[in-house]
Amino acid sequence: MNTAASQRPRVALFVSCLVNVFRPSVAEAAVMLLERAGCEVEVPLEQSCCGQPGYNAGAIAAARPLAQNLIRCFEGYDYVVAPTGSCAGMIKAHYPRLLADMPAWRERAQALAARTHELTHFLHSVIAYAPSTVTGVAPVSYHDSCAGLRELGIRTQPRALLSQAGVPVSEMQGTEVCCGFGGAFCAKLPEISTAMADEKLAHAVASGAGTVAGGDLGCLLHLAGRAAVTGVPLEFRHVAEILADAVVAGMARSHDEVGAGVAGMARSCAIALQAPRPDREPL
Amino acid sequence: MQHTSEHFLQNSRIALTDAQLKPVLGAVSTFLPALRQAAIDQTPEFESLRDYAVAMKDHVLDHLETYLTDFERAVQTRGGAVHHAAGPDDLNRIVLALCAQAGARKVIKGKSMVGEETNLNDALQGAGIEVLETDLGEYIIQQAGEPPSHIIGPALHKSKAQVAELFRQKHDLGERDLGDVPQMVREARHMLRQRFLEADAGITGANALVVENGAIMLVTNEGNGDLCSTLPRLHIVIAGIEKLVPTMEDASALHRVLCRSATGQITSAYTTFYNGPRRGEEPDGPTAFHVILLDNGRRAMRAGKYRSMLRCIRCGACLNHCPVYRHVGGHAYGWVYPGPMGSVLTPLMTGLEGAPELPNACTSCGRCEETCPMRIPLPEHLRQLRDDAATAGITPREWRWGIGAAMAAFRSPWLYRLSSGIARSALAFLGKHPDLTRRVPLLRGWVEGRSLPAPEADTFMSRWQRRQQGKSGAHRL
Repeated sequence: MNTAASQRPRVALFVSCLVNVFRPSVAEAAVMLLERAGCEVEVPLEQSCCGQPGYNAGAIAAARPLAQNLIRCFEGYDYVVAPTGSCAGMIKAHYPRLLADMPAWRERAQALAARTHELTHFLHSVIAYAPSTVTGVAPVSYHDSCAGLRELGIRTQPRALLSQAGVPVSEMQGTEVCCGFGGAFCAKLPEISTAMADEKLAHAVASGAGTVAGGDLGCLLHLAGRAAVTGVPLEFRHVAEILADAVVAGMARSHDEVGAGVAGMARSCAIALQAPRPDREPL
Repeated sequence: MQHTSEHFLQNSRIALTDAQLKPVLGAVSTFLPALRQAAIDQTPEFESLRDYAVAMKDHVLDHLETYLTDFERAVQTRGGAVHHAAGPDDLNRIVLALCAQAGARKVIKGKSMVGEETNLNDALQGAGIEVLETDLGEYIIQQAGEPPSHIIGPALHKSKAQVAELFRQKHDLGERDLGDVPQMVREARHMLRQRFLEADAGITGANALVVENGAIMLVTNEGNGDLCSTLPRLHIVIAGIEKLVPTMEDASALHRVLCRSATGQITSAYTTFYNGPRRGEEPDGPTAFHVILLDNGRRAMRAGKYRSMLRCIRCGACLNHCPVYRHVGGHAYGWVYPGPMGSVLTPLMTGLEGAPELPNACTSCGRCEETCPMRIPLPEHLRQLRDDAATAGITPREWRWGIGAAMAAFRSPWLYRLSSGIARSALAFLGKHPDLTRRVPLLRGWVEGRSLPAPEADTFMSRWQRRQQGKSGAHRL
């Protein structure tokens, strides 16, 4: 406890299923940003799904043991941070309710909820991280995911981080309107879901930004999958990836200006995030 | 009206391809939220008004039977009568009996969602009674033989041109110009005027039933409700039992949140309190005044998990803000109440097995709960209904078993990591074979109109695990 490292906040990264399976680079970016922000980051292997698929799709009771598992897994950390508003929202807004009839667990759920944060909220509002500014970055449009927006109040935080990093944000019309993902909704009612995506995509195109940024992979995968079929020329990226790229670019620049000290680190991050990966196709 | 909630999927497909409907719904879902927001911006105390209204309504629900008794006594004191209807048929039977008693053959109606719940018009016409809707929107859809598509604007789905065409068909008025809305309104008013004067009975709904004095609060923008309730000799009020409010002050608070939430008005054009029949010295008003209170599943709702649904004041804000309603419109929902509130009420009032898709017609985006003046947790109710549907075996087996298996596997972190790896490989393979994906349960819906995203080469957890093993405790990637 006396070492410098142990005085840094111990943060557990809650990866989330979609990031784990589809886009590990989002978790890598999150780890990098959290470390840059001065946190000691761990990824407990005992974590599993937050239970949201069952909770929302007719198996509320089946979500309970998963909630208990995550509570046990994350209890020892200063903070739990997730690169998703929907899974963080599940822990913060729904676990205390899900475990309401089990007083001991409800208290543990409330304690975990208080320490759990969505990534951009944690970076911006909890530890006041300000990424260094880069210039000449193309504008992005930010899509507000519903759970993050309404359950956690995520709205200004990602925008503040992006503009601090020098990424211009070009707002689209109706950012607060659902994109049509909605978990099982997108597979149960695909026609309505894609109609909603089409409207969102039209607004995104009209914003003039070539990239849609978001804080939830579900929305981004859904929009990207629809854009691919309908030929909408937009890129979709998680806000953590965009911020990490900007940080890497900033570090590379400070290497030119300041010296070789930071350069090794910058280079390794650049390799982790930007090197062409044959296995990775754009969203 | 015909109940087609069972066919929500087919209904919504028809709506999605209706080129005329799309711009109308687009306008409804931008215009009405903007009006509401502007009205709320002028009302700094709106949030505390909401809190007041919610607490007041919860209090009434806690003491419902007491308040019902007190209300009935107050109405009787003023010379009126209260009747209780357990279900739709009971309500219609009471209305028919009252009409028969009064010898009423011609009935005019103000807009009433309870009347739609019980199919009252069909019952009246079946008994040979002539019934005419007098709210302009209701009049239009009655002429067109269509059900309402919105609880505030029943004819919102019809364009100006469609209404003009309908009036030309239904009104034998020869050559005339029907190019703009005022002309159509004038024509409807002309057609209605004589019928108001000839009617034997008027039927209206109620926005609130005031317990302290037995008054009925009715809110309209056309004044048609006032003509229905003052001109004929018999006035029948039909309302759900949840419409009770203790005092006039409570009615006023409810009125303030209702008008702002529904149409963005500070106050409605007409707000009237009806307090019993004409008394001896009074020159006008009905000679008989009856209130029929409908249960139709409301007491059962009050006793269970859906109690807060009885706070609903039928303002329509959840419809105007629902992204699903915005794309499929009101008719797709297949019954009287559409949108989020309808997706909760329809299964509760008419059975979940007859409306299995309605609880799924929700992305849990939360906009309805955010805008509901009565703070009804609509997404939570819909989630609970999905749980009820799975428990009752209404949810298709592939979903129950698929979700159940995943949830069971994810209880073990080791199995979670293993199944994530398998899922990653399977998705990578399926991404290259869309035809195969179309046969995979749960996934087939995704590839209807979307490509399957390609996962990266490995799951994050296994990368992390490998690196931790390699670096024995180093955290940096």
